[in-house]
Amino acid sequence: MPIRTAVPAVALAAALLVPAGFASAQAIAITGGTVHPVSGPPIENATVVIENGRIIAIGTGIAVPAGARRIDARGKWVTPGFINAATSLGLSEGGGPSFSGGYNDASARGADGIAASFAAWRGVNPVNTLIIPARREGVTSVVVAPSGGMIGGTAGLIDLVDATSASAMLRRAPTAMVGNFASPGSGQTGARAELWARWQALFADVRDYAARRAAYEAGATRDLGARRADLEALVPVVRGELPLLLTVNRASDILAALAFAREEGIRLWIEGGAEAWQVATAIAEAGVPVFTGAMSNIPGGFDALGQRQENAAMLRAAGVTVVLVGNGPGDPESFNVRNIRQEAGNAVAYGMAWGDALRAITLAPAEVLGVADRVGSLQVGRDANLVIWSGDPFEFASVAEQVFVQGRTFDTPSRQELLTERYRTLPPDYRGP
Amino acid sequence: MTRPVCVLIPLFVAACASGGAVERPGSAPAPDAPPGAISRPNADPFPSTYAPPAARPTVIRNVVIHTAAGPRIPSGAILLRDGKVAAIGATVDAPADAVVIDGRGRHVTPGLIDTHSHLGVYSAPGGPALSDGNEATAPVTAHVWAEHSVWPQDPQFPRLVAGGTTTIQVLPGSANLIGGRSVTLKVVPSRSVQGMKFPGAPYGLKMACGENPKRVYASRGPSTRMGNVAGYRAAWIGAERYRRQWDGWLEKRAGDPPARDLNNETLAEVLRGNILVHNHCYRADEMLQMIDIAKEFGYAIRSFHHGVEAYKIADVLAREGISASIWSDWGAFKMESLDGIKANVGLTHAAGARAVVHSDDPSYAQRLNQEAAKSLAAARAAGLAISEDEALRWITINPAWALGVDEQVGSLEVGKHADVVLWSGDPFSVYTRADMVWVDGVVRFDRADPAQRWRTDFELGYVPTAGGDR
Repeated sequence: MPIRTAVPAVALAAALLVPAGFASAQAIAITGGTVHPVSGPPIENATVVIENGRIIAIGTGIAVPAGARRIDARGKWVTPGFINAATSLGLSEGGGPSFSGGYNDASARGADGIAASFAAWRGVNPVNTLIIPARREGVTSVVVAPSGGMIGGTAGLIDLVDATSASAMLRRAPTAMVGNFASPGSGQTGARAELWARWQALFADVRDYAARRAAYEAGATRDLGARRADLEALVPVVRGELPLLLTVNRASDILAALAFAREEGIRLWIEGGAEAWQVATAIAEAGVPVFTGAMSNIPGGFDALGQRQENAAMLRAAGVTVVLVGNGPGDPESFNVRNIRQEAGNAVAYGMAWGDALRAITLAPAEVLGVADRVGSLQVGRDANLVIWSGDPFEFASVAEQVFVQGRTFDTPSRQELLTERYRTLPPDYRGP
Repeated sequence: MTRPVCVLIPLFVAACASGGAVERPGSAPAPDAPPGAISRPNADPFPSTYAPPAARPTVIRNVVIHTAAGPRIPSGAILLRDGKVAAIGATVDAPADAVVIDGRGRHVTPGLIDTHSHLGVYSAPGGPALSDGNEATAPVTAHVWAEHSVWPQDPQFPRLVAGGTTTIQVLPGSANLIGGRSVTLKVVPSRSVQGMKFPGAPYGLKMACGENPKRVYASRGPSTRMGNVAGYRAAWIGAERYRRQWDGWLEKRAGDPPARDLNNETLAEVLRGNILVHNHCYRADEMLQMIDIAKEFGYAIRSFHHGVEAYKIADVLAREGISASIWSDWGAFKMESLDGIKANVGLTHAAGARAVVHSDDPSYAQRLNQEAAKSLAAARAAGLAISEDEALRWITINPAWALGVDEQVGSLEVGKHADVVLWSGDPFSVYTRADMVWVDGVVRFDRADPAQRWRTDFELGYVPTAGGDR
């Protein structure tokens, strides 16, 4: 992470208001690096040509277009930009207002634990200071998801471009309805069997609502189990169009969730899945992807007693589509969205093939999220979301030397870099005893 | 030991003289005083019962040795015998009965040390029943001792040692201005916390600045930072009076002793220099105020914990001899942590202060090597020339110093405890795992031998063993 010279405040403010980079019409040719397209085997000494934000050529023996800017990547590794598919990036800094005085827009108030109409990504602050550090370490897209409640709301996929609005960063939304079946059994959540009954009743109500909207509007239906906006938001879920991303951890709960999805005819994705390895075959047979990490092994609750670091690798070996996300320590959803590469490295240390780990933070999430035709791999026609690394991207010593999002690079220094620069040598006013 | 403990650590003066229980100057009870009859500031009412079981001598050879005491030995050998490092060098003589391990392609470091743990006081699987870390009933609770909350069956302990971490300081939480005594543990199986206590390790005192106390006590006070400072000062004023009364009585031993007070007993021990202060504090300006408070009352701060702004006052920390126990990469989770930067450890180190990479987290504590590696990379990105040998100190000898046990652990030198990790590769690589871990010469983790793995009582029948690998 090269440290930029501190820029004057005025220039910085300007940089925050307009994209610091630009999708240059001038072609860029990245030459000589080892390219990991993910969609195919690594290519040594390859050339990648970017133009107008897209990859227009990739491979060996490719002629560099006349007038192209050349980037010598000999000895470097080139990968797709990483996709962190479980974040709250842009939604919080400094702790919530009641807790500490910052802002936190990740959890809706909802009604009775249901906030299906809450599109969390709309609250993304495009100048949130944690966005640039994530991009600096090779993350080019993130899923911004709500948290809390039985149904937290919908998630959306954004690209980490400099922008003035959340919608200018948006790639796809909604990507999923986010639900929670973790740690049931408290007075707040209800008992397991009660919860499943509640899900069933709710989905029946949504179907009822969808089938008889006019009657609902006329007040001619019985009371339904959610607010109108939430019922509306759940219609694509019960129709099997919008996946339900359900946090569920205990092995038997996972099986119950698979059965529920089958009975309801909905698309299910599993998040967390602490004990998923114990029921990996069933998950694979159901074709359900699992969003999980490789740095958690604490039996942190009675629904996660079997939590282990090999989980992701064992699921992959059983044929499950694994999307590696940070569900462990260290604020992986916000301050350390960037640590997705550490998660991948640990997945390798705990049994996953290196190529599978790379796939699990690039093409696998792109496929699951339905954007693989645009990002997640390096192919002709794909958006130029890619990273030039000094070495193995999972190793701590490696640096993301250049990060392209939609063909652009970005020079705006992060707040963390500005602080580092200020204190690398003490300013005169700060010296003294 | 390489150097006599008694010369460098005054705490152990009496221990060196007697070879027995820790007693400190000016406080020896009268020979005929029955136990507990009077305040004995140096008494040890919950003494360590930890004694490592006998183990065969062990030689690890053909291995890269990172000693944390000097440059690495590119191909060396180390002999562990009677719980101590008995020899180390390019080669060592292996006793006839020694277990000999060929470490080719692998690396050895000292056991890693975490200055900031809540294992046992916030045990897994969690919940109110196991939430024993914050006695949040009054802003000053120096009378509570973390060890009385430690559950030795916390299943997080074996996971820690599997990550190469062998010594931890378990602290009370940060709800209070003064949260209570910490305890330093060896990460070993035992029926009791006494069976885990690091013999002879000094106690610590947990103090906390800033947002946490003022939030917890908002309704009854302190509710502001100035209220926090008034609270610390009031506590030390009372403690100083108590210390004077007791030291005066101990000198003459005439008449009735003053009444015992557990709160002031601990604080007076800080003022006597026998308990080390570990101060949770994020902001630079608050740390500088805490330094002035320490000077006002004549105690020393041993380590600032969390210190996300340590880099802003690294020169002062270096000058004052205060270590900084800090995260590799946490911040912005509350207002006082907004200025967290990844170069914190590196900048603090480069200014000459003792930098410590700490965890405050049961998962991070399993990967202190990875945390140090992230800090090293960030330091280098900031243009600081720091070697891996130096970075290793952040998780070994520097935390050992912060806990007052650097004469016993934290580096691989003849005479020190045989707390050793054999790594599968470069300890700064993400792909590397601990293969074997010894505590006092006893194997406490062996990746190749899952059948012998330490499982807490809690895990039996609850936590599956499938695959035999954690």
